[in-house]
Amino acid sequence: MIKIEKLSKWYGDFQVLIDCTTQVNAAEVVVVCGPSGSGKSTLIKCVNGLEPAQEGRITVEGMEVTGRGTDLTRLRARIGMVFQHFELYPHMTVRENLCLAQQKVLGRSRDEAVAKTEALLDRVGLSQHIDKHPGALSGGQQQRVAICRALAMDPIAMLFDEPTSALDPEMINEVLDVMVELARDGMTMMVVTHEMGFARKVADRVVFMDAGAIVEDRPTEEFFGAPDTDRAKDFLSKILNH
Amino acid sequence: MNYNWNWGVLFQEPYLGWLIMGVQWTFAVALAAWVIALSVGILVGVGRTLPSRPIAFLCTAYVEIFRNVPLLLQLFLWYFVMPELVPNDVGQWIKRDMPNPEYLTAVIALGLYTASRVAEQVRAGIESVGSGLTNAAFANGFSVTQTYRYVLLPISFRLIVPPMTSEFLTIFKNSSLALTIGLLELTAQSQQIAEYTFNGFEAYTAATVIYVCIALMATVVMQVVERYTRIPGYMGSK
Amino acid sequence: MFNFDFEVILNNLPFLWEGLQLSLLLTGLAVIGGIFFGTILALMRLSGILPLSLVAATYVNLIRSVPLILVIFWFYFLVPLILGRPIGSFYSALIAFTLFEAAYFSEIIRAGIQSVRQGQGQAGQATGLSYFQIQRHIVLPQAFRNMAPILVTQGIILFQDTSLVFVVSLRDFMTVSSIIARTEGRLIEMYIFAACVYFVICFAGSLFVRRLQKASIA
Repeated sequence: MIKIEKLSKWYGDFQVLIDCTTQVNAAEVVVVCGPSGSGKSTLIKCVNGLEPAQEGRITVEGMEVTGRGTDLTRLRARIGMVFQHFELYPHMTVRENLCLAQQKVLGRSRDEAVAKTEALLDRVGLSQHIDKHPGALSGGQQQRVAICRALAMDPIAMLFDEPTSALDPEMINEVLDVMVELARDGMTMMVVTHEMGFARKVADRVVFMDAGAIVEDRPTEEFFGAPDTDRAKDFLSKILNH
Repeated sequence: MNYNWNWGVLFQEPYLGWLIMGVQWTFAVALAAWVIALSVGILVGVGRTLPSRPIAFLCTAYVEIFRNVPLLLQLFLWYFVMPELVPNDVGQWIKRDMPNPEYLTAVIALGLYTASRVAEQVRAGIESVGSGLTNAAFANGFSVTQTYRYVLLPISFRLIVPPMTSEFLTIFKNSSLALTIGLLELTAQSQQIAEYTFNGFEAYTAATVIYVCIALMATVVMQVVERYTRIPGYMGSK
Repeated sequence: MFNFDFEVILNNLPFLWEGLQLSLLLTGLAVIGGIFFGTILALMRLSGILPLSLVAATYVNLIRSVPLILVIFWFYFLVPLILGRPIGSFYSALIAFTLFEAAYFSEIIRAGIQSVRQGQGQAGQATGLSYFQIQRHIVLPQAFRNMAPILVTQGIILFQDTSLVFVVSLRDFMTVSSIIARTEGRLIEMYIFAACVYFVICFAGSLFVRRLQKASIA
């Protein structure tokens, strides 16, 4: 469904992505991991065109993201994204956060949008907070709302950019639980995360990045069982052995 | 649009001379007022942050009064009203014998007005240094004076260089108000040329270009100041 | 040494009130116009489209380096020339103030827009909102909330600036006070009274700003 081919990107002289190639098939969950600064977040932001790339191509269901004249707005409306810092709109209530794009982009009526909003919040157990502003919620609650905001658009795939790394430890699980459930329901997901427990549990494949390049791209069992490269071994030993 | 262009008028006498005179007065007013603004402004700004309540209150009152009355009115108060309110013989002297009354009044009014704005920048600068460093200085055994002298002022003066640049520019622009009490600075001269020659476009363009040049010059000067006073890794690092 | 004559003020209250109304009207309209054009200028500058941002930056920097009085003279001279007929002092002054203040407002608004986290715009993009929808629903509401105190402060400065229409004899509060001062020969009373009125209005405004600031911190 998502195809990334030979993608390269520079900030000035500095190359942040080097020849990256991978794909995410329908209903597949792919976890992208690697040390900080390895380009994971940049890669995932390229998928819906938030970051432009200079070389290579990305297609989502046959639509070319990197092409000129692509209607990025329409494409983005179909791919959900969850950010590290939630990025809920602080001046709007939870309800308004979820309804805005439904009404303005999908053209849903107010009633439809609210119904969808209520159903989603109910699913993540946050119905009682519908009239609050994001600032009144805990980090875990905010991130679950942010996931709902993405789901409200009925996306064909979901992108997660380090969804738990800005959270206090005790709130990480409530967010991961929602993501696990999503994966079990067959959502196509690309997840940048350091949560290796989550990767083990639900990922079909793991993509390991280092210094802008994709170093390993293998089925989850193989990656954890016997990583190919020293860099991946090194990374895993640092992140797993506490 | 029916208009007779004549750029040459700017280079004819007496108009060229008028422009030059205007520039000189603008500089004379702005620079002298800047000296007052800086010295009074720093004193008042520091005063607002002092632990002494009466001093802080007086300095706050100064800022609020000078900031909340239009500069034009302040100019008139100094020019028309002040000589009437001082003891008679002083008033007589001001009205009859004081040299260059328009110039001196403009400098004092503009200087004291700008001082209130400078004071605000100074206070903000000192407050942004933060209580952490102040406490550290007190813990080191510094007195209040020493804390200001060695810690707060050296840091905050560097912090406020950029906002001071804009105050420095503003004082040049505000010096144009002196024309209301009859001082023929740059704006007044350009208007006079416009009235004499009916070549308003050329006259105002000349004044505009000169003001833009002054702004560019002031910006460059202040950038040099900024470069030499920058503390590595403390500010401007974002 | 001097007797303060209140009568001259009382006798001329209706005239002074008219002047004050004109000052307030000019301030109000120029604030609205200034924020409107200022927003456009700020969006142009931040658009990332070189010609647009260059035009906006040049305009803003040009206006900000010349005195307001000169701008007033410019428009008194230009507007009738362009329109081919005089349109009255008030409208010339209104155009001058609006376009002058737009440059100052645009700098405030630009800083306000930049104070909104970049992720907010990206979050809007990620749900497929268009550029204008993002500005309209997400960025500008937050930006204006952040900068409300500074906008009001600029409004107070603008109110004081309106006194400069004195140079073209438009009858605002300042000009009216001055006319009374001269015709009645009561300079001291009139100028002190005018200063008090300006002070009360502007000081009240700055107290309001302080409340806004506290509200935005809480």
